[in-house]
Amino acid sequence: MALLEVEGLTVSFRSRYGQVTAVDNVSFSVTEGETLAIVGESGSGKSVTCYSLLQLLPRPPASIEAGTALFNELDLLRLSERELRKVRGSEIAMVFQDPMTSLNPYLSIGSQLIEPLQLHHGCGRREALQKAVVALKEVGIDRPQTRISDYPHQLSGGMRQRVMIAMALIAEPRLLIADEPTTALDVTVQAQILQLLKRIQQQRQLTVIFISHDLAVVAEIADRVLVMHQGQVVEAGSCSEVLQRPQQQYTRDLLAAVPRGAKQKTATEVAPALLRVSQLSTWFAGSGGSFFGAEAAPNKAVDDVSFEVRRGEIVGLVGESGSGKSTTGRSVLQLLPQTAGLVEFDGVNLSQLKRYQMQQMRRRMQMIFQDPYASLNPRMTVYECLAEPLLHHGLAVRGSAMAQVLQLMDDVGLARAGIRKYPHEFSGGQRQRIAIGRAIATRPEFIVADEPVSALDVTIQSQILELLLALVEQHNLSMLFISHDLAVVRKLCDRVLVMRAGKLVESGAVEAVYANPQHPYTKTLLAALPQLAAVP
Amino acid sequence: MSVALPVDAQQSSSLWGDAWWRLRRNRAALAGLIFLSVIVVVALLTPLLAPYAYEEQRLALGASGPSAAHWLGTDVLGRDMLTRIMYGGRVSLLVGFVATAVALLIGVLYGAVAGYVGGRVDAVMMRFVDILYALPFMIFIILLLVIFGQSMLLLFIAIGAVEWLTMARIVRGQVQNIRRQEFVEAAVSMGLGPWTIIRRHVIPNTLGPVIVYTTLTIPSVMLLEAFLSFLGLGVQPPQSSWGLLISYGVETMEEFPWLLVYPGLALTLTLFALNFLGDGLRDALDPQSASGRGGS
Amino acid sequence: MRFIASRLLQAIPVLLVVITATFFLVRAAPGGPFSADRAVSPQVIKALNERYQLDQSVWQQYAAYMTDLARGDFGPSYKYPGRSVNEMIFGGLPATAELGLYALLVAVGIGLCAGLLAGLRPNTGQDYVPMTIAMLGICMPAFLLGPLLVLVFGMRLEWLPISGWGDLPGDKVLPSLTLGAAYAAYIARLSRAGLLEVMSQDYIRTARAKGLAEWRIVSRHALRGALMPVIAFLGPAFAGLLAGSFVVETIFQIPGLGRFYVQAAFNRDYTMIMGTTIFFSVAIVLFNLLSDILATWLNPRLRLALRKGSGT
Repeated sequence: MALLEVEGLTVSFRSRYGQVTAVDNVSFSVTEGETLAIVGESGSGKSVTCYSLLQLLPRPPASIEAGTALFNELDLLRLSERELRKVRGSEIAMVFQDPMTSLNPYLSIGSQLIEPLQLHHGCGRREALQKAVVALKEVGIDRPQTRISDYPHQLSGGMRQRVMIAMALIAEPRLLIADEPTTALDVTVQAQILQLLKRIQQQRQLTVIFISHDLAVVAEIADRVLVMHQGQVVEAGSCSEVLQRPQQQYTRDLLAAVPRGAKQKTATEVAPALLRVSQLSTWFAGSGGSFFGAEAAPNKAVDDVSFEVRRGEIVGLVGESGSGKSTTGRSVLQLLPQTAGLVEFDGVNLSQLKRYQMQQMRRRMQMIFQDPYASLNPRMTVYECLAEPLLHHGLAVRGSAMAQVLQLMDDVGLARAGIRKYPHEFSGGQRQRIAIGRAIATRPEFIVADEPVSALDVTIQSQILELLLALVEQHNLSMLFISHDLAVVRKLCDRVLVMRAGKLVESGAVEAVYANPQHPYTKTLLAALPQLAAVP
Repeated sequence: MSVALPVDAQQSSSLWGDAWWRLRRNRAALAGLIFLSVIVVVALLTPLLAPYAYEEQRLALGASGPSAAHWLGTDVLGRDMLTRIMYGGRVSLLVGFVATAVALLIGVLYGAVAGYVGGRVDAVMMRFVDILYALPFMIFIILLLVIFGQSMLLLFIAIGAVEWLTMARIVRGQVQNIRRQEFVEAAVSMGLGPWTIIRRHVIPNTLGPVIVYTTLTIPSVMLLEAFLSFLGLGVQPPQSSWGLLISYGVETMEEFPWLLVYPGLALTLTLFALNFLGDGLRDALDPQSASGRGGS
Repeated sequence: MRFIASRLLQAIPVLLVVITATFFLVRAAPGGPFSADRAVSPQVIKALNERYQLDQSVWQQYAAYMTDLARGDFGPSYKYPGRSVNEMIFGGLPATAELGLYALLVAVGIGLCAGLLAGLRPNTGQDYVPMTIAMLGICMPAFLLGPLLVLVFGMRLEWLPISGWGDLPGDKVLPSLTLGAAYAAYIARLSRAGLLEVMSQDYIRTARAKGLAEWRIVSRHALRGALMPVIAFLGPAFAGLLAGSFVVETIFQIPGLGRFYVQAAFNRDYTMIMGTTIFFSVAIVLFNLLSDILATWLNPRLRLALRKGSGT
């Protein structure tokens, strides 16, 4: 029996360029007790669809143009604000993407948890608090009696998401809408939260709408899948059907873009080492040391790390947030001062170079950053951005730089027409191409790529990964590829380093490590990785 | 909110171009800009435009209400009010602009150095600003002016000395923020020297907030000048300013209210225009609305 | 609490700087306090200088002044022989404190109401009207608003008395309004901006998704965050109110501290200037401290960090 029946939903936004349709004639239904996943890339309208069911979109600029959404014989889209409030939280509850910002920092989690109970069940404070303790226990928070008076900032990200789930379920809604509930979390935490959602769904026979961009996650949790693209439903069906035998081209593209399997060609193993890092440590002064009192213990972001990168090789550096992987990358490039250890590039000890010598050396070693929105100067055009390294290192003269810049744009797959445009006029993927162009402009031998694809949609991600592979091969580049995504690393890298809490816990050839991990942490990481079965 | 809007930007436009586009759509800010331009032009050309000479008195006429000969009336000495307001405006605006320029110069340099150098230098420099912040400056200015006599130069220095603190804080925060941005790190990894980075990457990106705050500092400086002049500690006769004219107006407001109302109107409208323009600029230059897309 | 103690400790150097700077500024002034009067003979000046210890070295005077100050004694007034600065300060204090309190009530009361009303319905008439009035309040200084109010309500309509303090019924209305208006305007703008900022946060969406009514979302989830900038503004506002009291007390002829200060400044009554300056400074520093503590107490993150005992 269908619990929710959406028919012809159309939502548009008022923008500077006129009315833009974000959701276009979308229809679907959710059966009682099932998990429906809505999958799509950014801008596909998957979130807008679900937010408009509870009318949580800011209006204006959003407006619901057409459609019906029958829930319990009520049309959600036609309800008055007062009637809607009776549905929100009690019949339909939501869990949001970012548990860091979705809880009120000024209120204890207990008083936030009991609100739905007080509101919808008319519970007294004492009774509600007792129920809240039970709810916290159910989502796997230990010592719930004491946790209940904590404030959100005292909890880790995973714990906060557990609280969010407890809060959504406390008034026993019939439908739970989860909007990318694990996207902001580390992979091991993600696995725990997915398990929790699955368990609760089965125990309570709950109906769930699960919004995600990640097909591998969807494969683990969903009964049925709805694929959205540019505001429209592309394909719908049972999870195995859609993921195993996709009917539509877009779904196939999406599936093909998911990083799977190992790198095709592995670099020759006998190449000489280009970068040699031995016993590198980077510590930061401890925060919270008082003005008068003793210095706080230093934060050992990178602690005694040794590895090498050979010519023509891509080495993956894997770890969860706070593992020190980015700090390692920046220390190698001398962007952060190292506390101890040795970084040798082509036989030269980098920390002993004078400043101008290091500036010269930087021509040969470059960096690509995670966030293509932050890594480009918003006030410089593509031309200025790409010409700057060329002119600075004397690889071009002012008059003739244009030809070289155009060549660079060709190399990274940017349309030449955009040369006078500013970064904000490009999409995320195009921006990352600009950033890559800037990094390879000086024909470096070594590049540190810090999560270069994790801010991108999966189809864009696979394009950028291909570009990186092609460039590495073409220019015989060496690369240190920093990522939290083990699937991407497997697809791209020859060797892998695994970091945890500042230490290197395991290293080796990618296939060897993935097939037979030695360190328990590596095993946990690999076990947590959501798997998408191979597509024919 | 994780809702992405498809935005097609075919036409190439810099952030400044975008800002100007947004500013033009803000009617209040545009009206403020036009009004200010007129005021500034009038102030510059006052000797040519003023209907009477500044010193000209007609004691026989005394205080008279608005008339065809004297649009805004005359004061007790028979001096034309329009002329006095025009000349007073020159002084008020001059104080506003010069003292703001003083604040801007000190504040930007100080804030930029503290923000860029960072670390211990920054901590010491900002601690100093914190201490100065805690001082009751208004009282100090009054003290200074009382003790060393009232001179225009002292007025500039005194007002500038108060206003630079906030400017320094804003610039420092902005510079620190930009320093942490990845594009500055990218410039370092490119091998650029610190001065090149400051010039090419940091300064152009701090300009927005500095412009906004400058526009909002001018009215607060003008208010401060008017306040001091009202107390008799600011601009001294025979020179005149709007604050001084208001203080004369107050003395005779029961019989000759126009002597209070017109200079008050001039001051209020100008401050109004400056504030609206400042608010409009803030909205226009806000980077948040400039990159209003963000991923899902 | 350790936090308060450490803040008080930090305030001490500030106060020392203020006192020292004031003292030496005043001493650096051209001409002594008695040289301005023409009709006084040199002998009398000499006698006066001796009596007020002005013949000693600056350092001796400084030491003496600091010692007196430590005992809470601001010394005698130069201009009003026989009256001490303490007497004058505490004579003027009640009126000024009362005026400041009423003005603060006006500022917070009107300002918050206007700002929250506007912030609840941005870009509507409910927003534009109070915000335009607030802008007017910012652009119209007290020394203009006061006389205009006097002109309209005192002289033309004759509804309210135009001067004095506590002599006639209703004579406290116009001064309080005049002094509070500009700060009401600032608070209105701050609270509107604060509310808009908070209402765009993710946790407000969470509250909506729970089914809370709009007024409850505002009162329970948004208000506290929205008020933080206002609370942080209270310190500077207090300093501004004190300075504003100079003008307002002069306009309305209120026998308060502000008017004494302005008179002292014109009379070059140095001990009086120093005394009031130091008194004001202490008050401002303490009030800043108070708004600091309040802001910390309202923010659970800061409050808990302090409770854990990491003092600073």
